[in-house]
Amino acid sequence: MSSILRNAASIVGVGETEYCKVGRATRSEFELACIAVLRAIEDAGLEVSDVDGLCAYASERSAPVALAPALGMSELQFVNLYPGGGNSAAGIVHNAALAVSAGVANTVVCYRSLCQGALRFGRARAGHGSSAQPMGASIGGPQAFTAPFGLFSPAQMYALDARRHMHEFGTTSAQFGAVAVASYANAQRNPRAVMHGHPLTLEQHQASRMIADPYRLYDCCQESDGACAVVVTSSERARDLRQPRVLITAGAQGMERGDGNERQSRPAPLWTTAGQASVARRLYRDAGIGPEDIDVIQVYENFTGQVVMALEDFGFCERGEGGPFVESGAIDWPNGRFPINTSGGNLAEAYVHGLSLVIEGARQLRGTSTSQVEGAAHCLVVGGPSAPPSSALVLSRD
Amino acid sequence: MPLPAPEPATAAFWEGCAVRELRIQKCAECGTHRHVPAPVCPHCRSFDHTWEASQGVGHVFSYIVVHHSVHPATADHVPYNVAVVQLDDCGGVFVTSNVIGCPNDGLRVGMRVRLVWEQVDASLSLYRFAPV
Repeated sequence: MSSILRNAASIVGVGETEYCKVGRATRSEFELACIAVLRAIEDAGLEVSDVDGLCAYASERSAPVALAPALGMSELQFVNLYPGGGNSAAGIVHNAALAVSAGVANTVVCYRSLCQGALRFGRARAGHGSSAQPMGASIGGPQAFTAPFGLFSPAQMYALDARRHMHEFGTTSAQFGAVAVASYANAQRNPRAVMHGHPLTLEQHQASRMIADPYRLYDCCQESDGACAVVVTSSERARDLRQPRVLITAGAQGMERGDGNERQSRPAPLWTTAGQASVARRLYRDAGIGPEDIDVIQVYENFTGQVVMALEDFGFCERGEGGPFVESGAIDWPNGRFPINTSGGNLAEAYVHGLSLVIEGARQLRGTSTSQVEGAAHCLVVGGPSAPPSSALVLSRD
Repeated sequence: MPLPAPEPATAAFWEGCAVRELRIQKCAECGTHRHVPAPVCPHCRSFDHTWEASQGVGHVFSYIVVHHSVHPATADHVPYNVAVVQLDDCGGVFVTSNVIGCPNDGLRVGMRVRLVWEQVDASLSLYRFAPV
């Protein structure tokens, strides 16, 4: 039986602010959110008064309850938060599509604004999401079982999984580097990218300083300031709008049994995966296609090793073969079979918690990417790997 | 380094550390071990638990070497390692800690380790591991 969501909703507008390195934005995070949302509505050829739904990340500080009155929005019928950070990237669009296809809302704007400021994600933080604080001299909760030993940052936590993948499958740092090199190469063709004009070779990756061995500097996503937004409406209504429709063919979200925030409590097999195998299975089922039908991939890079594991979870290679797969050129534009992160992604375009990857997916299907995959019909968008509950989308050309 | 702030659900664990006992929570109903401490057994959903002292022998399941400090307390201590140790007993739970008595470039996944205690302030010792 086909999913009721299949192709029922479309992305009809995208909006972005300029992207810059962390701390360099000249406008507030909230102002950036307003700009991105207005640009997305404008791109769609719609009016603010057409919007009747908002979807945001639960960690969003420019919350819908502040944004809607600030932009003079009309009555809202659907307001929704997806738990977490980068894991929400596809999830908020999935939720918008569900609301639209169920008739709960007509036009939903999904958005993310991020100026990390004093609470940089790469620093030691106490707690999760929007309630996180810089970590002080004592720590309660589950972090009392990690921080006293010096385990603080996402790079450190995710490097533990990368090490395990290297141990079990022989994956190498140079293979992780292939992910970064591919992303940086794409960013050189994308003038919006923060790393435009800063190409990266594998030798530079291998010579870059260790952050948390095995992860080097270029294995880690950037920290950026910026905002972006996506407008979702019914595919029927989308026919009459300004842009070519980008069909939301399927969405999936969720988490594996035993996965969770307390990473040391996860079952052993999850340490070498992105925790997305069940999301992938349901996504392909509902899309009615498989990995062989995907033309281009936007996969959230928190860290390069997690991209390798996500590509395994989504069936582009066998479990444990992700290292040789990314090294083979399969992920490189334009000649690889599955080019990834054609804008430069989180590593080299900007880190806006992955919603920018949805926008790049839409660009590929409109035919307007700066690293356009010729004839791209289906784009896979993968939210934060190994960051449950995760999410993914299949977007399709009309 | 930030020190643990005991809370009702974790006080028994940290009291164990004060007397140099690595206590792992165990479901009183089905006997499943869990770490970190949690109010309910994810296997049988019982809220009753006991504590079992681990013998503290196990192996390094994974490890990292931190070179880039992200907390003021570690600024003068990089590079340092963080290891996840899988205990031989107590259901093979994972415990996050450090390996001492071994150079960072000598660490290996699978390396056998045993528990050692380190006094970190007047009332608290922390569990670390050393090569067997």
